Amino acid sequence: MAVHERVREFYNKELIELQYADLFKEERFIHSPQGADISVEYPPNSDLRNVINFCANNYLGLSSHPEVIAAAKNALEERGFGLASVRFICGTQDWHKELERKISDFLGMEDAILYSSCFDANGGVFEALLTEEDALISDELNHASIIDGIRLCKAERHRYKHADMRDLEHHLKETQNKRFRMIVTDGVFSMDGDVAKLDEICNLAEEHDAILMVDDSHATGFVGKTGRGTHEHHDVMGRVDIITTTFGKALGGAAGGCIVGNKVFINILRQRSRPYLFSNTLSPVVVGATIKAIDLLKDSTALRDKLEQNAVYFRKKIREAGFEIKDGFHPIVPIMLHDAGLVQAMARELYAEGIYVVGFFYPVVPRGTARIRVQISAAHEKHHIDTAIDAFVKVGKKLGVLK
Amino acid sequence: MTEDAKKLIIEYVKKEYLDEDSDQVVTEDTKLISSGIVDSFSMVSLKMFLEKKFKIKIPDEKATPEAFDSVNDIVTLLREFTPL
Amino acid sequence: MAYAEKARSHYSNELTLIKEAGLFKEERYIKSPQMAKIKVEFPAGAPSKEVLNFCANNYLGLSSHPEVVEAAHKGLDSHGYGMSSVRFICGTQDIHRELEAKLSEFLETEDTVLFPSCMEANAGLFEVSLDKDDAMISDRLVHASIVDGMRLSKAQLYNYKHLNMDHLEEKLQETQSCRLRMIITDGVFSMDGDIAPLEKICDLADKYDAMVTVDDSHSTGFLGKHGKGTHEHCGVLGRIDAITTTLGKALGGAAGGCISGRKEIVELCRQRARPYLFSNTVPPVVIAASIKVIELISKSTDRRNKLEENTKYFREKMTQAGLDIRPGVHPIVPVMLYNAKLAQNVARDLYEEGIYAVGFFFPVVPQGQARIRIQISADHEREHLDKAVAAFTKVGGKYNILGKKKDEVIALYGM
Repeated sequence: MAVHERVREFYNKELIELQYADLFKEERFIHSPQGADISVEYPPNSDLRNVINFCANNYLGLSSHPEVIAAAKNALEERGFGLASVRFICGTQDWHKELERKISDFLGMEDAILYSSCFDANGGVFEALLTEEDALISDELNHASIIDGIRLCKAERHRYKHADMRDLEHHLKETQNKRFRMIVTDGVFSMDGDVAKLDEICNLAEEHDAILMVDDSHATGFVGKTGRGTHEHHDVMGRVDIITTTFGKALGGAAGGCIVGNKVFINILRQRSRPYLFSNTLSPVVVGATIKAIDLLKDSTALRDKLEQNAVYFRKKIREAGFEIKDGFHPIVPIMLHDAGLVQAMARELYAEGIYVVGFFYPVVPRGTARIRVQISAAHEKHHIDTAIDAFVKVGKKLGVLK
Repeated sequence: MTEDAKKLIIEYVKKEYLDEDSDQVVTEDTKLISSGIVDSFSMVSLKMFLEKKFKIKIPDEKATPEAFDSVNDIVTLLREFTPL
Repeated sequence: MAYAEKARSHYSNELTLIKEAGLFKEERYIKSPQMAKIKVEFPAGAPSKEVLNFCANNYLGLSSHPEVVEAAHKGLDSHGYGMSSVRFICGTQDIHRELEAKLSEFLETEDTVLFPSCMEANAGLFEVSLDKDDAMISDRLVHASIVDGMRLSKAQLYNYKHLNMDHLEEKLQETQSCRLRMIITDGVFSMDGDIAPLEKICDLADKYDAMVTVDDSHSTGFLGKHGKGTHEHCGVLGRIDAITTTLGKALGGAAGGCISGRKEIVELCRQRARPYLFSNTVPPVVIAASIKVIELISKSTDRRNKLEENTKYFREKMTQAGLDIRPGVHPIVPVMLYNAKLAQNVARDLYEEGIYAVGFFFPVVPQGQARIRIQISADHEREHLDKAVAAFTKVGGKYNILGKKKDEVIALYGM
């Protein structure tokens, strides 16, 4: 058999296995801008339906905000569409420097370096800073991109149990003979919406002389009183060494990520970090729009305040309706159903009711913890949330989740 | 034995990393990695060759560019795993 | 702050070492859109200076093309700015599907999946398509992002001497016992502008029952009669199993990449490639502009023809002027200087003359192969090319290298 048929057969078998295991991912085609109300074609080639979106990371509703779009258009005119270069050849505009200043000021850090995504930032940070003489101590539930970044780094790898400070301390003690230790954690964990105990982690980092890195992708722009992120929420601004975060979620949602921190770290990354050196610079459109997004958030906390109120309201209502949710305050609200089949049925029925949510189950979350993950946005109005609650109640009763 | 090992590695480096028409001379102290004869990526294949030839396993943390920088360095490294 | 003084002084020291080795990279601030003529602030704080840009991957001059910019505006209006989601949650729009279909049609492949960048496409492909029983056999000079992608895969890693088909064949013989084998090469290598012999590679792949993956970032849009890429140039359309390429160079230059090829491989990447599953979707504004780009280059070959003529003209004039350039047909034109310091000096003096070009030296290229890498664009007019040749002639005269052979330059300046 020629290789191509053999290969076809081989990969086809893998695809069929995915379908059997209910792990096959189907995309839904959205025909509108991102927002609370979207127009969706699903299944492929069916008529468009208007649904309320509860599964975007569009926390602040900036993805299609008129001022952000206007800024993107202005950037197109002033700085063009693409730069077709990496940063250090001819891909740095004055606006890139301005964005680096703005984001480091906003997060209360010394300096910043831009990446084409936070995925790339996490892929480039560890290898550039640490070697086999060092150790990485990472929360076991950290995001996949952190795990990939760690795989590319030669430092000794340690994992501590999720949010378990005693286990973290144990690993800090175990690695005392290493040159540098770096503690790595998500600021907010995307499956549960729970927040890392940065105050306790900072204490441990200081006591054991370790570097602390936080991925704040699900917090930058809205967690903390003025939306600076998890470090503001836990009142440890100035005590975190490195923050990686994204512009692809709350801050407009198009693309781009960054690492902020002490100048000397940032300088090293600029010289050595592979995704920074070998991948395209951020498009001027994204740079211009992100500058506007940060300006909007600096001028007013209205959007994050509205998001906070929306999240409080939804959490209260859904709990009153009788659903089990994970405690917290974050706009990620996991509605626990525990059973994978039930989660899939629930998501399907909710979609039929015009509510677009996504279910997560093993292997994305541990067995027995299958859930619907709802994401609240400042783009939602009270009526959107009320409609969702009604739909949850209706479907919940139909499927026997609610009495 | 050590001399045989050195010869074997030199032959492999010449065959595997140099072009046929290259006038580069490789001796036991020639810098391999820091001179660019073997890039850090191709080091993987050199490591694989050594592991196969000497029936050993070199852990990743030992396989540093410094430890592979010359035939002499490599032989020093090999002695940790096998009597040469 | 937990960050110890120890760490600060360690990293400061590293930076000093990088500077002392002459490897410190400095960024120049551009105050205009990307095009043939740009405004640059360098060094930081200096008044801006207008220079001709010869170092962008803006091969087709589409980075600030009015029709592309116009399409981006329209995309912002119709589909918004960001999606704040990964593809399979709520980050796929109708235009994403449209662009994927257009790319497959243009590249003459079965299917295409978009990634935020070609770097991420390369980071995803090998881990998904190959496992520990399989082998990756790569050209030794493939791009760093492929190297990183291969490092993330469990498959066994083999590599062959740059463009050396005998050595490739040896590796194919050595790996006969592996389940699946994939030959991996750049279509065009970015430092020399040299082109992989894809016809021979495909023949060997057929003979030894292996797959072929090509990273065509430096050729999609302009290499081959219709600009489809290296596979068109080498006459092997339909014989490549996976092409990875970028929208971030010739095709507008903003962002985005893709894997295009056999539909099973593409579908498996949709299901499993970690950068696809865990990274943001390509924003609508980039998608809308890229659709326009594919339409433009499918409709007319004018821009790639102009690029080809520009390249030919520039290569001829430079050779006549006595500069030592690597022969070839690609708009990447390496002007060989052999000595690192000389390359840096020549780049600096060219900048004084209003020509922005970059010097490359060890460890980016092998020791003793320092060069200025010129990149020609369809945005360049004759007068721009003439000006660059004149500047090279003047600066080359100053350093007494015109008409000199490799050995003579090395005799003057060392390796």
